[in-house]
Amino acid sequence: MSTAALLSATGLHKSFGPTEALRGASLCVQAGEVVAVMGPSGSGKSTLLHCLAGIVQPDAGATYYQGRRLTDLTDAERTALRRTDFGFVFQFGQLVPELTCVENVALPLRLGGLRRREAERAALAAMARLEVDDLAPKRPGDVSGGQGQRVAVARALVTEPKVIFADEPTGALDSLNGERVLRLLVSAATEHGTAVVLVTHEPRVAAYSTREVIVRDGRTTEQVVA
Amino acid sequence: MSVGHTLLGLLESGPRHGYDLKRDYDAKFGHDRPLHYGQVYSTLARLLRNGLVSERGTEAGGGPERKSYAITDAGVSDVEQWLATPEKPEIYLQNTLYTKVVLALLSGRSAQQVLDTQRSAHLAAMRTLTARKAGGDLADVLICDHALFHLEADLRWLELTAARIDELAERVRS
Repeated sequence: MSTAALLSATGLHKSFGPTEALRGASLCVQAGEVVAVMGPSGSGKSTLLHCLAGIVQPDAGATYYQGRRLTDLTDAERTALRRTDFGFVFQFGQLVPELTCVENVALPLRLGGLRRREAERAALAAMARLEVDDLAPKRPGDVSGGQGQRVAVARALVTEPKVIFADEPTGALDSLNGERVLRLLVSAATEHGTAVVLVTHEPRVAAYSTREVIVRDGRTTEQVVA
Repeated sequence: MSVGHTLLGLLESGPRHGYDLKRDYDAKFGHDRPLHYGQVYSTLARLLRNGLVSERGTEAGGGPERKSYAITDAGVSDVEQWLATPEKPEIYLQNTLYTKVVLALLSGRSAQQVLDTQRSAHLAAMRTLTARKAGGDLADVLICDHALFHLEADLRWLELTAARIDELAERVRS
């Protein structure tokens, strides 16, 4: 494993039943860089992201975060790590419909034990960076898709994570809204030195990255020496 | 792009000297390829000859004489017709990249490598354009968007070809 890497994976294998999703995938992410993970549908991109984030346990291979092997952590330790050090942005259905937008953004801080007032103050600051602070009292059902996605990005950033995992974050948006979400996501992450792992099959989305890694048939174009 | 029609279009907002026309053109359309003065004056001479512009007097100053040009009714009709005529869609059949892929397959080299190398070059160009959009005005954004969509179309072809590479290999080797 590279000592300079913030996050790395080597030789990941993962099967779901008879389907081999990953067949020796490797990836290395440095602090502050934006890495696009590209590849056709079914190539294993999302499974790789889930393994990197410790959401899914690989059948073989290892993932390291800040020198710690994720597979050696307990479930509770991995959950805590995801709450404090990782942020997530997905394509659909991330916001809790019963909560207001500011409550949604404050949620990771509240789960971390922060008092409501402090959590919502930090949430509003994150929402302002994403230009959605005016939506604070609204519920997700009352905002547009692009606005909701920016609220989701604010929630991913509110804990000031070291890594943001974004899986097709603009897949459900039109070009203009997608561009706005990406621009704000990447600039906010870069401002804080946050690394972004950006899963996408769209070249225009990948163009916001600093480099790309291709996943094909469960393998990556990147070789990482264990 | 038709420089003549573009200059005519710029003149629709009012008479202009050749120098001002060049400045307008460069600011709005000449991001990568500003007009040469010679091209401006030769184009204006042609438009004048064809009755699409007329001279509106000459200013004599400290420097060379400055002729002012105005668009004529015939010029306005010409611009209207140009705007209403669709551009021919650009279709690149049998392009260099296709040739490289087939030759790689025929010679037993890695066609996938050809595609990967090209993808990387395309993405690098797209990153440059995306960065330029971030620091540019709306005109920059629109120009870069156009280029980005064209590069993306190439990349979609690359991905589809990558998905069909085994089938293509069988065909070209049979």
